[in-house]
Amino acid sequence: MRIARGEYALNYVILALFALFALLPFVGVVLNALDPEGTNNSGFAFPTHPSFGNFVEAWTVGHFSDYMLSSVVVTVSVVVLSILLTVPAAFAFARMRFRFSGIIFGLLVLGLIIPDEAIIIPLYFDLRDVGLTDTYWALILPQVAQSIAFGVFWMRAAFRTFPQSVIDAARIDGASDFRILWQVLLPTARPAVTTLALLIAMWTWNSFIIPLVMISGNSFRTVPLGLAFFQGEHTTDYALLSAAALIIAAPIVLLYLFLQRSFIRGMLGGAVKD
Amino acid sequence: MTRRRRQGAWWQPYLYVLPAFVVFALFIGVPMIQTLYYSFWNWDGLSSATWDGVGNYLALFTDPTLRGSFAHAFVLLIFFSAIPVVLGLVLTAVMSRAHRMPGLSFFRTVMFLPQVVTTVAVATIWIAIYAQDGLLNQLLRVVGLSGLAQPWLGSFAYSLPAVGFVGTWLNFGLCMVLFISGIGSIPPERFEAARLDGAGAAREFFSITLPGIRGQLASALTLTIISGLKTFDLVYVTTSGGPGGSTSVPAFEVYNMAFNQGSVGGAAAVGVALTVLISIITAVVNRIQPREAE
Repeated sequence: MRIARGEYALNYVILALFALFALLPFVGVVLNALDPEGTNNSGFAFPTHPSFGNFVEAWTVGHFSDYMLSSVVVTVSVVVLSILLTVPAAFAFARMRFRFSGIIFGLLVLGLIIPDEAIIIPLYFDLRDVGLTDTYWALILPQVAQSIAFGVFWMRAAFRTFPQSVIDAARIDGASDFRILWQVLLPTARPAVTTLALLIAMWTWNSFIIPLVMISGNSFRTVPLGLAFFQGEHTTDYALLSAAALIIAAPIVLLYLFLQRSFIRGMLGGAVKD
Repeated sequence: MTRRRRQGAWWQPYLYVLPAFVVFALFIGVPMIQTLYYSFWNWDGLSSATWDGVGNYLALFTDPTLRGSFAHAFVLLIFFSAIPVVLGLVLTAVMSRAHRMPGLSFFRTVMFLPQVVTTVAVATIWIAIYAQDGLLNQLLRVVGLSGLAQPWLGSFAYSLPAVGFVGTWLNFGLCMVLFISGIGSIPPERFEAARLDGAGAAREFFSITLPGIRGQLASALTLTIISGLKTFDLVYVTTSGGPGGSTSVPAFEVYNMAFNQGSVGGAAAVGVALTVLISIITAVVNRIQPREAE
């Protein structure tokens, strides 16, 4: 089917306008961040003497190197633990028959709609009572629990599409369930696992209310929490704040730019029922 | 050859599920039940609690601050959900064959970008835009409307729409990407047939495009409504509910009441109400999801 030239042009104009709308704030923040230190321009102006001083200051004075380390530790731990817990469970839900599997699966998936705000209060008091607030565990464990809800849902769908005949053949060859999961299913489900890992990494990296409630001191602060506090201390130092915002958004944005297909598929696919 | 067991013991599947289930139960299931329990008590988080029955739930309707926070959440839904979805639909209708265009993946990547940036950074970016000398006021001055220029987030009248507009910016790309991909899955012959039959643009949209993207529409509504109702980070960083409570939303009140005002029971009730609201809306929206493949 041919597309009329006029329609073509119109489509591009619309897409370009909206792409511009999406990008404009980012362009603004980059320009602000490049302003020389001490000049406080919150608006749109091309810096005459672009300088990277704000990035250096945010990184050192603003402790963002420490926050970055916390975020990396927490994110990597959450991704690894979540995948290790999710994959076997999703395999059982997709490929095994057992009593109450529907109910258990339903309960786990219910986690998809439970907001942080509905669990954060008791979670704080519980973890404080066992002395886990102000530790990495208080950031990791609740986040793993949240990732399980989506992960089981996502990986079950991936494992379900696998042809039963291949599994039967492997069984006849004497492969155990565990080997079938590890050597037959998992290699073909690699794209699904990658997407899951990326999404969990993004949610963990960007998570805010959990660190806000669980962490009281300067140590263990993750980057979003660090930025929120930085914001409080330098309310109108837009150049410095912009640099800090860019630093903390950069890791996930870079991952996204390289693996955008995976990201988009996961973020939209997770909401579409199969 | 000995016959091997085809399935393991009956308890084996439970072993695969157990670790995930335990972590989930400990850190989501139990706290959820505890929140429900807390919500029936008056407790400041320190001294001993007193039974309050449904008092905290009645307060959701009688306390002006709480009632206001839910009202604000509905205003935010207009910006987070209604505007991006309607805008997305209109644009999709206009460019009904955009999915075949070269370079589409570039636009998709750009429009989706706001979704992956941490909200705290997004908030920081928009604080600068809304500032006295920020981009918005700069634009207004350029077009000769300098009279309107003001610190937007500090205004009683405009702070809520200003926060809401950030939600529009966050979510419109998600809607566009969803709808464009939905259109891509409609067989092109259908559009062709409609055009041969002389169907106008409106007719084509309502009888082919809209039914064809029902699933994507349901997803867009679910994702954007939930993101609107769960707004916490954005409000915390940009306005902290101010000025004068004009941008306070339920998710913010949960945090504020529990950890700043020592009203743990009341905060728990808000958390429960928010969860119920999200469940109901999700269930209703899911009804427009197509059941089976046509």
